Amino acid sequence: MSGAALLAATGSLEPAARSFLSPTGVEIVFLLVGIGVLGSAVVAVTTRQLVHAALWLVVALGGLAIEFLLLTAEFIAWVQVLIYLGSVVVLVLFGLMLTKAPIGRSPDADSGNRWVALVVALASAGTLVTLVVDAFRTSWIGLGSGGGSAAVTGASLFRTWVLPFEALSVLLLAALVGAIVLSRGSKRRVPAPRAGKLRAGRPVGSNGTVAATAPRPAAPAAPAPSTSEQEG
Amino acid sequence: MNLLDTVLRCVATLVVFLVFPLVIGQTEHKVMAHMQGRLGPMYAGGFHGWAQLVADGVKFAQKEDIVPAGADRRIFQLAPAVSLLPYLFVLLAIPIGPDGFVGQAIDAGLFFVLAVMGVGVIGKLMAGWASANKFSLLGGLRTAAQLMSYELPMVLAAASVAMAAGTLSLPGIVDAWQWYWLPWQIIGAFVFFTAGLAELQRPPFDMPIADSEIIFGAYTEYTGLRFAFFLLSEYVGILVVSGLTVVLFLGGWHGPLPDQLGWLWTILKTLALSFVVIWLRVTYPRLREDQLMRFAWTVLIPLALVQLALTGIIKVAIS
Repeated sequence: MSGAALLAATGSLEPAARSFLSPTGVEIVFLLVGIGVLGSAVVAVTTRQLVHAALWLVVALGGLAIEFLLLTAEFIAWVQVLIYLGSVVVLVLFGLMLTKAPIGRSPDADSGNRWVALVVALASAGTLVTLVVDAFRTSWIGLGSGGGSAAVTGASLFRTWVLPFEALSVLLLAALVGAIVLSRGSKRRVPAPRAGKLRAGRPVGSNGTVAATAPRPAAPAAPAPSTSEQEG
Repeated sequence: MNLLDTVLRCVATLVVFLVFPLVIGQTEHKVMAHMQGRLGPMYAGGFHGWAQLVADGVKFAQKEDIVPAGADRRIFQLAPAVSLLPYLFVLLAIPIGPDGFVGQAIDAGLFFVLAVMGVGVIGKLMAGWASANKFSLLGGLRTAAQLMSYELPMVLAAASVAMAAGTLSLPGIVDAWQWYWLPWQIIGAFVFFTAGLAELQRPPFDMPIADSEIIFGAYTEYTGLRFAFFLLSEYVGILVVSGLTVVLFLGGWHGPLPDQLGWLWTILKTLALSFVVIWLRVTYPRLREDQLMRFAWTVLIPLALVQLALTGIIKVAIS
C-alpha cells in the first residue's frame, strides 16, 4: 500500500545514480533503528519472562513505526501505533496477565518446536529479502515529504486498491462472525437461565447453592424442555 | 523550519506541560474546597491556601522511593514514564492559535494524537503487573479494560469531525470550523468529552483506581515522585482532553477577539472545560464497574455511530 502510494507520489523508479557508500543521515538512522528492531524482536522470542517478551514486542513494533516515518509514510506509522501498540499488544498483555504471568523466569516457556520455528523463520525471511532485493535491484526512490501522507494513502487505497480493500473487509467481517459463533457454540447445549429466575433443576437443599451458580458439567444429549427443568 | 525554531517550539511545549497541569491542580484544590466545604487545603500559606500545591510537591519529593521486594524492578520503575510521556507528545500537536502557533503541525495530527494517547495504557498495565500484588494487578487489568472500551467511542467521535472538516490535520480542522458545527457535532462532542474523561479515570469513571474500594488500583505500591508522576499524568490528561475537545468541537481560536489573540480563546476554553472536569468530580457519584462498561458499549458507541451517520448525511446534502 505504502509502496504504491510512494510510487504514485514520486513517479517511476529511477536507476540508481548514487552509491551505497555515501549514505545520507536518514539512511543511517534507518539502519540503526532497523538493527534496534531486529535486536528487540530477537529478545522478544528468546526471553524467558513472558511479560518481558510482550514488552519487547512493543519496542520492536514502535521501532517499525519509526521506520515507516523515515520512509515518509506518516499515516501508516500512526496506524501502526494505534492498532498494534495501542490495541493488539495491550490485548496480548491482558491475556498473559489474566492467565499466567509470573514475575521472573518461566522454565516452561521454551517450546520443543523452537528449531523448527527457527528454520521456518529463516526460510521466510530469506524468501522476503530475496524477493525485495530482486524487485528493486538497482532502483532508487526519491522520498519527498508528503509522499506517504494520509491524502495520498487514502487516494491510492480507495481508487487503485479498492477491490482488495473491500475483500479484506469481508474477510475480517467473516472472522468476526466466526469468532462470535465459536465463542457461543459451546454454550448452546446448556439451556440458558432465564432472567430473574436463578433456580436450577436440582432440588434446593442438598447442594442448591452450588447448582444455582455453577454451569451444569455434562448436558444431556437431548435436553428436556427448559420450562420443566426450571420448575424443578 | 530551522533548528532554533524547533528548539523554541519544544521548549514552549515543555513549559506548557510543566505549568498548566499545576494550574489545573491548584484550581482543583480550590474548587473542591469551595464546593465541598473542605477546610484543609485553604490554610497553607495564608490567602486561600495558595501554598498548598507547593506543600504537596515538597511532600512528594521527600518521600522515600520504594520498590517492593517481589516486584519486577525495572518495569516497576519504568511504568510512570511510559504513562506520562505520551501526553507530552500529544501536547506537541495541539494547535493553540492560527498561523502555525503549534508545537509541530502534523499532517495526520488527529490520528497521531489518538494513537499516542493509546500507548499510555501499556504504562498502566506495566504498573499493575510489576507491583507483584493482586490488588494492583486487578486494578491494572480494570484500567486497561476501561481504556480499551472508551477508546472506541472516542475515535468514532473524532472521525466524525475529521469527516466534516475533510482533513486529519488539527489546525486544518479548526480552520474549517463554522459556528453551525456546534449544534451539528454536539453529540460527538458529548461522546468525545465523556470518553476522554473515562480515559483519564477521573470521577465518576474512576472505578479502576477507586482509592476507597481497591486502595489505589494499579498505583497501590507507588510512593513519592513516581506516584506524583502518575498524578501528573492525570492532570496533563485533563489539559490534553480539554484542549482536544476545544480544538475539535468548540472551534479552537475562533471567537470575538481578533485572530492575533486567538490563542487566548483556546486557552480560556480549555481552562473552562478543565473546570467542568473538576466540577464533575465533585458532583457525581462513582460508577460501578459493570455500569462503566455498559455505559461505554450501550450508550456512547451507539451515540457516536449516530453522530457519524448524521455527519455523513449532512455532508452529502451540503456538497
